[in-house]
Amino acid sequence: MFTQNLHTMKSSGFTTGQNTSLVLLRILIGWHFFYEGILKIYNPAWTAKGYLLSATFLKPFFTWLASDSVIHIVDTLNIVGLLAIGVALLLGLKIRWAAIGGILLLAFYYLAHPPFPGFEQGLTEGSYWIVNKNLIEMAALVVLYQFPTYAAFGLERMLSRNRQNTIAG
Amino acid sequence: MLKSLAGIPILGSIWFAGAKTTVTAKHEREFLLEKLNIKAALPPATGPMSGKPLRLGIIGFGIRGEQLCRALGFATKEWLSEMKQAAEKNRHDTRLSEFLAQENLNVKITAVCDVFDVHAERVVDSFSTADNPVKRFTTHKELVNSGEVDAVIIATPDHWHAPMAIDALQAGVHVYIEKPMTHTISETYTLRDAVRDSGKVLQVGHQHRQTQSFLAAMDIIQKQTLGHVSLVQTNTNRNDDNGAWQYDIHEKASPETIDWDLFLGTAPKVPFNKEHFFRWRKWWAYGSGLSGDLLTHDYDRINCILKMGIPKLVTASGGIYTHRDGRNVPDVLQVNMEYPDFSTGSSQPAGKEKGMTFVYSATLGNQFDRPTYLMGHDATMELGNVISIYADARSTRYADMLNENRIDPEIPIYQYNPLANATDAVTSATAKYFANKGLMWTYRDGKRIDSTFLHMREWLSCIRNGGKPSCGIDEGFEEAISAHMAGLSYKLGRAVEWNPEEEKIVARPGEDLDAILLANE
Repeated sequence: MFTQNLHTMKSSGFTTGQNTSLVLLRILIGWHFFYEGILKIYNPAWTAKGYLLSATFLKPFFTWLASDSVIHIVDTLNIVGLLAIGVALLLGLKIRWAAIGGILLLAFYYLAHPPFPGFEQGLTEGSYWIVNKNLIEMAALVVLYQFPTYAAFGLERMLSRNRQNTIAG
Repeated sequence: MLKSLAGIPILGSIWFAGAKTTVTAKHEREFLLEKLNIKAALPPATGPMSGKPLRLGIIGFGIRGEQLCRALGFATKEWLSEMKQAAEKNRHDTRLSEFLAQENLNVKITAVCDVFDVHAERVVDSFSTADNPVKRFTTHKELVNSGEVDAVIIATPDHWHAPMAIDALQAGVHVYIEKPMTHTISETYTLRDAVRDSGKVLQVGHQHRQTQSFLAAMDIIQKQTLGHVSLVQTNTNRNDDNGAWQYDIHEKASPETIDWDLFLGTAPKVPFNKEHFFRWRKWWAYGSGLSGDLLTHDYDRINCILKMGIPKLVTASGGIYTHRDGRNVPDVLQVNMEYPDFSTGSSQPAGKEKGMTFVYSATLGNQFDRPTYLMGHDATMELGNVISIYADARSTRYADMLNENRIDPEIPIYQYNPLANATDAVTSATAKYFANKGLMWTYRDGKRIDSTFLHMREWLSCIRNGGKPSCGIDEGFEEAISAHMAGLSYKLGRAVEWNPEEEKIVARPGEDLDAILLANE
């Protein structure tokens, strides 16, 4: 009975359809982050230096991030961030922390090359004005933060059940 | 349970896919690099700058003379204060800090000679020290025979290059000479004899010979990466007044401050003319137009990589189409140099491929960036400070790899960038033109270095420690003769031929080639 309550509370009383859509969104974003992280970790030559040095907005800040003494930290944090956020979203652990981290990382990507009018866009696969895919992915993470789907799918569902079983036992 | 753990296999699959993609790409790259086996090695370091300071004389302290002195470690007070301001305004402007960080070459400037008082006095004023006052000489002859100099830097108008260098060598003085090495055909031979007789070190100012990417390019050619190169395409595109030699005329220029007769030298006698003095590159009497001034850069860039030497046949045409301001050298020029017996090697049956054309195409009325291409049967090399090599879709050497889709003709099979992601503060359009061609800077250990500094250092090292400079008299001879053939062809309106056995440009009966080359019409 108690388990049932907890379950209902965590999933905020969503219908199966609602839960499934949110979980699907979570998995897709996690997928994206994790794959980006994996590609970078298997390619030792990868660095964010070029992306940062070609920044069109907040140039002094991004140039500083690209400087010799800072770039290694930036690269490491980026890879660790991408992997950790990806794992968290895919496995359903600390979703809210992952959402905040993801929003932060995406904010960096967005601000370095923002699709603002009058700013050079470089190579993009579409046409953007203020809104681009980074911004949309950030908004999607805001949704995941507001509607975490721990209970519907993922490790925390099991952990909370175990905890529940222990209490009940 | 399923809902709790279903994320794990997804995670594993993505991991596997990502790792496989990256590792496969890496293996493909390594496979290709191993096949190509290109070594972008550094050149051997030049020798130590130890011993007694070498005493240098500066002959000609105009725009280039001032740059050459900076490469030697001597900047004018005016330049230093200007650069200080520039660095304060823009912290990415590293020209001053790079100059200050430059290695001390252990030389002193003891003498100067310039027909314009302002230029000569600037040297005396900026470079004199308490224990080393710079002495000004009226003529270069007095300077080289003064016993006060071990070596001279010649950065005068073209028509003075060879006479000064010959006098210096005969006085036992080493020479750094700006390009083009000579202004006439005959003096090219006299200068070569003077170098051989004197045993002194002559270096021609083609500083790009120090450019690191060009050293990589030499290895690329040696490994026959491109196959048989049948066409080399080089270009000049400039569209600004400075690039068209419309230099500033100094406010203090007058018959009182300029020794006009001395400036003219062997040139036709004309009344004092400030424009001729400051914009001498615009007239055949003092300069050599595009063929001597800018073709020589591109010719020597390629000659240092291919060592193709003097062409068998040169045709050139052009006109004054963009700067109709009274100049008589062309500002649009196309030159074709034929090398019927030259080959960079072949991947096809013996005898099928032989011969190459070197094309130089120039306009001073457009600055669209046209890269330098070396076009071979197997691949094309785009050459600048960065090198990119594209396999040819119909290549013989890469046929298997192309069939297996391991090579895409649209994507470079090799790229060489000595400093990926570098941000360089390049100031003017003309500076950018030179920088992109690898004519201004090169890189050593990832640091940007003025290639003129390295070129000077090599010359000084040959003087001190022995050795052969990379652009010595033989390279200078090839450069000068090829440029003169282009100038002659433009003037004659016909192909100009080289006789390699006699080492002579072929003249028709009654033709005085030097007179034709220098003619002011």
